Parts: sequence; structure tokens; C-alpha cells
Amino acid sequence: MKKEVRDVVLPSQLLGDTKKLKAGPGTFVENNKIYAETLGIRHIRDNTVSVSPLKGFYQPHTGDIVIGVVEEVGTSMWLVDINAIYPALLHVNEVPWHVEFGDTARYLNYGDVVLAKMLPSSESDRLQITLKDRTLHKINGGMIIEVEPTKIPRVIGKKGSMIAMLKKYTNCRIFVGKNGRIWVEGNPNAILKIEKAIRLIEREAHTYGLTDRINALLREQ
Amino acid sequence: MKSDIKLIDKEGKRLDGRKRDELRPIKIEVGPLYRADGSCYIEWGGNKILAAVYGPREALPRHIQHPLRAVVNARYNMASFSVEDRKRPGPDRRSTEISKVISEALEYVILTEQFPRAMIDINIEVLDAEAGTRCAGLTAAAVALADAGIPMRDIPVACAAGKIDGQVVLDLGKEEDNFGEADLPVAIAPRTDEIILLQMDGHLTVKEFDEAIELAIKGAHVVSELQKKALLAKYAVAKEVKQ
Repeated sequence: MKKEVRDVVLPSQLLGDTKKLKAGPGTFVENNKIYAETLGIRHIRDNTVSVSPLKGFYQPHTGDIVIGVVEEVGTSMWLVDINAIYPALLHVNEVPWHVEFGDTARYLNYGDVVLAKMLPSSESDRLQITLKDRTLHKINGGMIIEVEPTKIPRVIGKKGSMIAMLKKYTNCRIFVGKNGRIWVEGNPNAILKIEKAIRLIEREAHTYGLTDRINALLREQ
Repeated sequence: MKSDIKLIDKEGKRLDGRKRDELRPIKIEVGPLYRADGSCYIEWGGNKILAAVYGPREALPRHIQHPLRAVVNARYNMASFSVEDRKRPGPDRRSTEISKVISEALEYVILTEQFPRAMIDINIEVLDAEAGTRCAGLTAAAVALADAGIPMRDIPVACAAGKIDGQVVLDLGKEEDNFGEADLPVAIAPRTDEIILLQMDGHLTVKEFDEAIELAIKGAHVVSELQKKALLAKYAVAKEVKQ
């Protein structure tokens, strides 16, 4: 039987012994003892203890779909803010258009929003994104809702169940970027409804039975 | 400074009625600032201090970037209205020094190697001062860092001890600091009891020094529990949600 609430741990809180458990992400080992490194939720799965942060910044992984805002335009590339520690590089070779040298601003300018994919990078601080995929494009219209990146898995739900439900009740188009940005387009009232639901998800992300409560919220409106 | 003020009365009570090893009342609030990544407000006796954390984010200007780890940039600042006589605003020798020692203390516990070329900004704003602002500021900054979700080896905590009227006491108040014989702020990493900040003003014998450090560390552990309670109070709210 599952417990009602997931365990909140503080940084430097003792989680266990390396003899019994393996140290997963969000933990560190000192003198054969495992400690939490951030404020977060403790998980124990397959003898591995890990901590998923409650708050924090987006940690990029190859292949993630993200929503970025162009913050700098160069002659052969753009720098895109993707909510990570460092801005991501979007090279002209990685866009579906043929861009003449120095003509970058005609295609993407400051403040433009793109749905992009993370490219593999050798170092964690040199991020690169691409628009070369049929599903990726520049975003026009709609609205962006920002949430804590750590809560995105809850917004998506198990196999996309939460998103499917939001779409079903509101008839909106929704894209969820792994970096904590959610793009919504549709009826203004429906967008407000979605934002309300998303804020509830964000607030109660670490509790069980969330899908049912969101379902109830959407139905009563 | 010589004075006629009796800092400890015959019954061993101090000016504000505290015992030798008693702290001033402390109140810690997590996350009062919406725009900051993490924040904390602390009231420690008459001190009122706000701490805000921004980052990790790309370190700018570029030349301060470190290719292998993040730089920790704490800024201690006293508001012009925080003391009785108006303080001339802006950084001065004293606040530059405190910023430096707090930066180095916090850098030691933060896992900076996870964020190459990044910078973590910590702003400590003293709104009201009554002795022991660097300890209270560091304590608040530590809570704000945890609130920002920054990976840390420990939640640092600070507390001062000192000597007044020939006795070693905990957590000096304003008059005790001004007219006492010594002040010894200590910051520790409470899990391992490592000392990460140690300064001294005044004179102590070796024996008194040992006694003062022990007292300060004991006091710091009490404050550490308050820090943890404040953090859990904000984030364990969810415990009641589902009931």
C-alpha cells in the first residue's frame, strides 16, 4: 500500500548506508553514508535511493523537446534561453530554412519562441538545440505558462494522461516543453482554466491521487 | 572601551534577561520573495535580514567564469536606516570584508563543480541591525540556498559567542557587543562540525577561546534545527493537502 505523501528531505539529510543502498541522482556519498544534496522528494527503487528536487532549474538531456525564447541574434546562429543555466546555441545549419549569412534576424528575432529539441553535447555547459524535425517549429500566437521544471513530469502524467485530460476538457492545443514552459492555444476562457489546473498540479505535485482532483476541477467548471 | 554599564547582574542575568548560554529569539521565514530563486527572512533578536539567491546562471562578465566550477558571489549590504545614525549607503570596508568571508563559507558547502562557468548570487540585505548581523545573514543565506534547490553538502549555520564582564557568553546583544571584551562569530557545517567562518574581535585567553568556540557551536546547532524546521514548514505543507 502506498503512503499518502512522498517524503520531503533536506540537503545533507542522511538517507542510508552504501552497504545496503546504492546512491542515485540527487545524492552524494561521504564515508560510506548517503546524503541528500538538494531539497527534494526521496525515492527508493531497486535498492537505489535518489532525490528529485522540489525546486530548481532545468537540467537538459539529449532529445528533450523544449520551448525556447530567442535572446541573441548572431550572423550565423541564435542564442536561445531554454530556462537552463546556460543559453542554448541554435546554428543556422540546424533550422529548416535556407538562411543567407547575416540574414538570421529575418527568420528568428529577439523574443521569438521556438519549439526545439536538445542536441547531444560533449560538455554539460555547451548546449545546442535543433529545429530540424517535422514536429519542431517557430511558435506563433497562444500563451506560455511557466512552471517549475521539476514538476513537468506531473503535468504530463503517466503516459501523457494528464495532458490528454486537459486537452479533452478544454479543446486547446498544448505543447509541454521539458524545460518548464507550456504553450497553450485556444479559447481564452479555456486557457485560464488550463492555467488554474496547472497551478494546482504545481502546488500539489508531491501528493498522490492528483489526476482525480484535476479531473474534478475541470469538470465542475 | 571602558564603561560603567553592568552587563551581567548579581543573579547572572544579562541586560535583556537572558542566561549565559541563551540565544535571542529567532524567527525564520522561507521564500518571502517571489522573483528570487530562493529567499529567506530572518529575525534574530533585533536583527531583521532578507536573503535572496539567484542562479546558478551564466557568470557575467565573462572573465569571472571558472571553467570547472561555479563562482559564489555573496553580497552583504546594510540599509542606510538599519542603524541608529544613518549609515552612508553603498559598500564600505566592513561590508566588503563580510561579503568575502560569507562567500567563502558558503562556497565550501555548495557543490559548485556541478555548474561549470556559472555563478550563484546571494544578496544579504540588513534591514535592521543589532549585533551579530553576519551570523544572522549567513544563516538566512543558507536557508535561501536550500530554498533555491541548490545542491549542498550541508546547510551552514552561524552563531557568535563572546566575553562580557569577564564571562564567556552566547550570542552578544548590542550593548554587550559595544561594551564587552570580545566577540567571536563562528559558522559551521553542522553535519560534520567543520568550521567554515571564524573571526574574532577583542581579547580572549586560550582557555576562554576554547570555551567560547564550544559555546558558539552548541548555539549554532540550536539555530540549525530552527533552519530545518522553517524549510520543512514550507515544503511539507503537502502533508496536510491530502487529508
